Amino acid sequence: MTARTLVSVPKEARRGEVIAIKALISHDMETGFRYDNTGKPIPRDIITQFVCLYNGIEVFRAELHPAISANPFIAFYTVATESGKIEFKWNGDNGFSAAESVTIAIA
Amino acid sequence: MTRTSRREFLRKAVAGTAVTLFPLPAIAQNSAGRVVVVGGGFAGATCARGLKKLDPRISVTLVEPNRTFTACPFSNSVIAGLRDFDAQKFSYDKVASDGVEMAFAAASTIDARGRGVALDNGARLAYDRLVLAPGIDIRWDGLPGYNEAAAERMPHAWKAGDQTLLLRRQLEAMDDGGVVVMSSPANPFRCPPGPYERASLIAHYLKTRKPKSKLIVLDAKDAFSKQRLFQNAWKELYLGLLEWVSLSSGGKVTEVEPASNTLVTDFNRYQAAVANVIPPQKAGRIAELAGVADQTGWCPVDPVTFESKRQTNIHVIGDAAIMGAMPKSAFAANAQAKTCAAVIAALLRGQAPAEQKLINTCYSLVAPGYGISVAGVYRPKDGQLADVENAGGVSPLDAPAATRALEANFADGWFKTITGEVFG
Repeated sequence: MTARTLVSVPKEARRGEVIAIKALISHDMETGFRYDNTGKPIPRDIITQFVCLYNGIEVFRAELHPAISANPFIAFYTVATESGKIEFKWNGDNGFSAAESVTIAIA
Repeated sequence: MTRTSRREFLRKAVAGTAVTLFPLPAIAQNSAGRVVVVGGGFAGATCARGLKKLDPRISVTLVEPNRTFTACPFSNSVIAGLRDFDAQKFSYDKVASDGVEMAFAAASTIDARGRGVALDNGARLAYDRLVLAPGIDIRWDGLPGYNEAAAERMPHAWKAGDQTLLLRRQLEAMDDGGVVVMSSPANPFRCPPGPYERASLIAHYLKTRKPKSKLIVLDAKDAFSKQRLFQNAWKELYLGLLEWVSLSSGGKVTEVEPASNTLVTDFNRYQAAVANVIPPQKAGRIAELAGVADQTGWCPVDPVTFESKRQTNIHVIGDAAIMGAMPKSAFAANAQAKTCAAVIAALLRGQAPAEQKLINTCYSLVAPGYGISVAGVYRPKDGQLADVENAGGVSPLDAPAATRALEANFADGWFKTITGEVFG
């Protein structure tokens, strides 16, 4: 299963600057609490975990639960420390996984 | 004839008893009651005339600052250069000739307890029942960077008038190859299929007049009215020309920068040759002043009587009201207005209002001669207007061109019929 991901990280920042990071992934986030037309429960299928790594160091982690809406959008802040790579990883039910990465330059 | 009128009788009755016995109901001034309607659009004008038709003895005043009404339905065709702007304009002459008193002024304050409306020309109107049909206002604090000045650069064109013509002029002045960017707000807003009809007709304009240009629609939603019909038509007619960016693809506009005509999302920036920002909306200004709007900016009402849940003796109809499953459309406003007139006529006679079903129909053009439609039936249920299941529906997905052409004709007939009924 491939999911559409979108991330927003400033291309450049000053060292020590607080930067906004945004990440969005397309996912139904099926709660497991719904029933289909025949009355059968629809099995849960959600993203359970989101992690952001900055040059390999975890700077943000979130656990997701059935109350989170479809297409979860996560925004947070971190401190720009050094040039390098910012990675995003999503994991979930039924072996779901998705990843994205961008680079940031520190002046 | 020396028959004592009811009015005279009442006056005599009052004179003959202690005056304080009667808390001076307006019934003493007019045999059948006084109704003030604020807002002369599809809802207000329909309701005012409807009351007069139901009971000519009811005194009805319609408060409206403009002497000419400019209709929103079909104004997308004006923007795309397919229709004369004058075809959108209607006078209140026929409304007045039905016996509705026209007050060409704006309501400035409403005294819900004292049952009076003050107008900006200094007049004060007393009422037994007040109908507010103020339509929408732009939520100027709803989109960072977007304000009245920005709207001159990045028109919303969501209230028909100068804004409609401004957007048309901008499209006409644009070079072939220019990028048009539209934004569509989250629900609820006036005319749910409107942004997509507009996108279609702008795409038609580009295709026929500026074929190197492109249209990007940034949307704060993942789903919209008649979506599959629109998207099928876009594939068929405007492939590569019209790009729709949904909420889950990062389409929600979070800020605009009028100086550079740029729309900003969480993930991208879109600089436009022509920008059409359809901003978040709320009930017209007077709703807030009357205390009938809630924290959402819209007006909760009883689904049978359309009386405000926040103020007694004030009814709210049309786009300003929260009508459950019923969309904010001209036809819905017209249907609510007829029901509201019947309810008020009954209440003024001291009768209980009857519960009614309401209908909405809405046509959209995706190109000249290519129409699609949606219809719905609604009834009060659990304190809201709910969809009646298996009633109404949308145009078939796989219809032949002849069906689309027929529906485009029906759309024309729809406009002529509704404007004929309300203003003709």
